Amino acid sequence: MANPTTAKTKTTVAEPAQPASMMAVIAPALGWLIPGAGHIIQKRWIRGVLLLVSIGTLFVLGLLMQGHIYKANGGDILDILGFIGDLGAGGMYIVTLAMNWGQGAIAFAIADYGTKFMIVAGLLNFIAVADAYHIAIGKKP
Amino acid sequence: MTIQLTHFSAAFVFALFASIVFGITHRETPRDMVRYGLQCFAMFLGGVFVAGWAMWLVRR
Repeated sequence: MANPTTAKTKTTVAEPAQPASMMAVIAPALGWLIPGAGHIIQKRWIRGVLLLVSIGTLFVLGLLMQGHIYKANGGDILDILGFIGDLGAGGMYIVTLAMNWGQGAIAFAIADYGTKFMIVAGLLNFIAVADAYHIAIGKKP
Repeated sequence: MTIQLTHFSAAFVFALFASIVFGITHRETPRDMVRYGLQCFAMFLGGVFVAGWAMWLVRR
């Protein structure tokens, strides 16, 4: 006669679809701090360097075009969205705030483009972070 | 140090780097990444020209 308790226990245990690894935490975190580093740490050298150059250049060009950097505040919704975008740039955003760069008023069209460059650089880095995570869990080669 | 880009060069630089990131993150094989990146770049620049001519027509 079969033991019903044992059979029930066996059916309730399920294997996780994608086991969590340390890399699944480190790669996105590092990738946020330094664009492309999440790929480089997983030996995707070319992708990592291309991401670093692309996102880094966009952000630095934005600064050089006298773009405005947004800070955390509870004011205008567009300021909050700008802050979220800028925050994606990770370490570059932190350094920019620490050095007090990007604080000028947006006085001409190119400065407005620069502001958008920095926001888009941050948003692109969010995508790169998600990509690094997908590589870490084996969802992407 | 400041830099002054023209409207077109700013759009070109933006399209170039955004396309590289899109290509890498949205496709799985290197060949598909290059193709998708080039496709995005062409769409970005094509959009710039279409929008430019549309504004020119509206202004007339």
